[in-house]
Amino acid sequence: MLSGMALAVVLLAWRAVDLQVRDKDFLQGQGDARYLREVVIPAHRGMITDRNGEPLAISTPVDSIWANPQELALAREQWPALARQLDLDMEWLQDRLARNAGREFVYLKRHVPPAQAEEVLALSVPGVSVQREYRRYYPAGEVAGHLLGFTNIDDIGQEGLELAYEDWLKGTPGGMRVIKDRLGRIVETVERISEPVPGRDLRLSIDRRVQYLVYRELKAAVQEHRAASGTAVVLDVRSGEVLAMVNQPAFNPNNRGTLRGDHYRNRAVTDVFEPGSTVKPFTVAVGLETGAYQPHTLIDTGPGSLRVGPNTIRDVRNYGLIDVSTVIAKSSNVGAGKIAMNVPPERLYRMFADAGLGAMTGSGFPGEAGGLLPHFGRWYPIDRVTFSFGYGLAVSALQLTRAYAVLGAGGVIKPISFLPVREPPIGERVMSERVAQQVMTMLETAVGEEGTGGTARVAGYRVAGKTGTVRKSTAGGYEEDRYLSMFAGVVPASRPRLAMLVMLNDPRGDVYYGGAVAGPVFGRVMSGALRLLDIAPDDLPTLPNQTLALAGRP
Amino acid sequence: MSAYQDLRWGDRRLRRGPWVRGLHLDLPLLAGLLLLAAVGLIVLYSASGADMGRISGQVIRLAIGFTALFILAQVPPHYYALWTPWLYGLGLILLLTVLILGDVGKGAQRWLDLGVVRFQPSELMKVAVPMMIAWYVAEHPLPPARKALLLATLMIVMPTLLIAKQPDLGTALLVASSGIFVLLLAGVSWRLVMGVIAALGALTPLLWHFLRDYQRQRVLTFLNPEQDPLGAGYHIIQSKIAIGSGGLYGKGWLNGSQAHLDFLPERSTDFIFAVLAEEFGLIGILLLLALYLFIIVRGLYIASQAQNSFNRLLAGSLVLTFFVYVFVNIGMVTGLLPVVGVPLPLISYGGTSLVTMMAAFGILMSIHTHRKLLSS
Repeated sequence: MLSGMALAVVLLAWRAVDLQVRDKDFLQGQGDARYLREVVIPAHRGMITDRNGEPLAISTPVDSIWANPQELALAREQWPALARQLDLDMEWLQDRLARNAGREFVYLKRHVPPAQAEEVLALSVPGVSVQREYRRYYPAGEVAGHLLGFTNIDDIGQEGLELAYEDWLKGTPGGMRVIKDRLGRIVETVERISEPVPGRDLRLSIDRRVQYLVYRELKAAVQEHRAASGTAVVLDVRSGEVLAMVNQPAFNPNNRGTLRGDHYRNRAVTDVFEPGSTVKPFTVAVGLETGAYQPHTLIDTGPGSLRVGPNTIRDVRNYGLIDVSTVIAKSSNVGAGKIAMNVPPERLYRMFADAGLGAMTGSGFPGEAGGLLPHFGRWYPIDRVTFSFGYGLAVSALQLTRAYAVLGAGGVIKPISFLPVREPPIGERVMSERVAQQVMTMLETAVGEEGTGGTARVAGYRVAGKTGTVRKSTAGGYEEDRYLSMFAGVVPASRPRLAMLVMLNDPRGDVYYGGAVAGPVFGRVMSGALRLLDIAPDDLPTLPNQTLALAGRP
Repeated sequence: MSAYQDLRWGDRRLRRGPWVRGLHLDLPLLAGLLLLAAVGLIVLYSASGADMGRISGQVIRLAIGFTALFILAQVPPHYYALWTPWLYGLGLILLLTVLILGDVGKGAQRWLDLGVVRFQPSELMKVAVPMMIAWYVAEHPLPPARKALLLATLMIVMPTLLIAKQPDLGTALLVASSGIFVLLLAGVSWRLVMGVIAALGALTPLLWHFLRDYQRQRVLTFLNPEQDPLGAGYHIIQSKIAIGSGGLYGKGWLNGSQAHLDFLPERSTDFIFAVLAEEFGLIGILLLLALYLFIIVRGLYIASQAQNSFNRLLAGSLVLTFFVYVFVNIGMVTGLLPVVGVPLPLISYGGTSLVTMMAAFGILMSIHTHRKLLSS
């Protein structure tokens, strides 16, 4: 009996030695593995601001509620309270937990306000924890939606500039080693392995005020003319910076639950269209460059139509004998076609290509479309003519705006930038400064009394611009009564600063001409933008009482 | 032991003050128990996470236990012999009652609600069975003849089955072993007892059929705890980790991470040994074992000094049962034995069995201190 007891005592002591001395390291390691955990310290994403530092996208802290279904399964009686506190459907919760019963991590609800997360934690339901995350908030809402794009729920850029500058904006999460208890609550921080590095802020070239202005006017015009959609781009002529870029209909990046994928597309960059009459200035520029034409060279556009092989092109009416300048002002297809037939096709192609039409701008915007500019070697005679007034090629709104910036910059093309440019780039010469100046002058007449674009005028400033009304192309032809109505222009004409394109797609109102639909948008936006950007007027009548007014000041 | 030594002890007691002479207490045993209770409170303080509610609850239970010890130690042992059949009979009736009327707590019918207190008749049987067997066997010439042996076995098997049916396998095994110990002490041959146990063991596959699901699970878990580490094997894996993490010197009082971070289940009750092992290490375990050993050795000495068969058999059985408590609990927590709900004596938080144990020590002291001096 006693020996049996002695044996039992020895057995227990041996077992203790076995566990505490021989297996100590293994068991200690197992013990550490149970409570020492590495957790991620989230880093917030960089802020996006406009050129003046106004916030366009900011990250705000939010909490995501997650659960360990295995532990939560032990506290079924607390499920209703949990569902109530999180505004979750009880059946949804049950279903979710049932389907993830074998896992140790499942989100219950993401991105709740920290105050709500506190209340959920206060329920102290076993297995329920909170994870700090950051949610992107866009103060400008849908005004800059297409431009900025958005991030997904994991704070990764999905569209627009958020995607383009993902690497710059994203933060690097840190890590720390913590002691967690069985319910996964952090009891103590042991050490920080790495500090979280927040993403860098990004300053854009966009001017939020101009962006608002463009948004407001474009939206009003789309509604007024019952257009299917609309696009407008404003560029700084000297620097190539994008100052504003708006599409209608817009979407709100803060709340995009119900929208489809194609709503997110920044059509100003991703969609291409036939530019129509808006490219006539470049046809004329080729004519001037070759020396075959001068601004006042006369061209016979009668009888208002031109046969090219089996095809005939027409003007709106017979303008008769007009000079080159009037070809632009009246937007004569016949005149442009005749110029094109008198210059080498290669020169026409080169001019269009050099002005950036039908090719990627290199802006780096995600999903940018190149467009279409067929090589002159494959042109039929009719192609040469239709090219001259903007059919048979496809450009994006950004490309077309830049082409007008080239005219404004004295014939020099500059790289497009969505970020502020410190020094104006030198750029590459596309046409001589003299030709560019001559074309600008013609574009001023197009906005004048004689021209098609009178609606785009801005009080106090000289405007150079061109209307365009393009029949929408469909598979195998053109639609009878559907148009793209556009206006492209540069202000102030004497010392160009801003280039802008306005395009409305399929206006269903009483008017559809570019001058009537898009021109007024240009005029209203520019009159505001010029003032906002403090650009000096160049078309003030000499005021007789100016000295008097100045003298009246104290 | 010789009469001379008895006299020596008696003399020493007589030399003490009058108040001690009046009290029938065995001071070495009392000191060992008090020390153990103090250790228990210290470990419980840590294991319960400084839960003063549990501490004071345990203090009250200890007070009740020690009071029971004091009172029972004053009762001369021949009264126990007198009461034994009645106590055993009452116990059996209560066990039947509890099976029919008892309260269900934690999936088992163990409790009898007496209005004021809830009472576990199986606890009574822990003392009543060894008393009954000792009384019955002592009435007959030793070692017991075949017929007496058969009846004694029946007296053990009846309450054991009733308790196992509740179901409370741990207590059933303790009750059975306390009876078997009496038989062994009475001189029944080891071979016979082992033979009977082996025969029962051979019936295990049959027994398997009668086990509840959770009991089967426990046996399977014991055989391979890693098989289901998040479910049934969780207890034993966590407790082994806690013990192993303690190492030689332990992590220090209140520093046991496994217990304090909630990884160790049942850490203030059945698995409190793992908390002690993690915080005080191998040194702590060996000291605790030494303390238990001291109490057991003192108890065996008391049994050896008993002056009649009933006293000797009863004392020996009670001490051996106490030893079984210690061995089974530590064996279970260290993964040597399957998980049966046996507390660590005087250390585990919990009620009835603590009071029962103190009552047993009271009887032990009564046996020792009421010896008649051979010469005066």
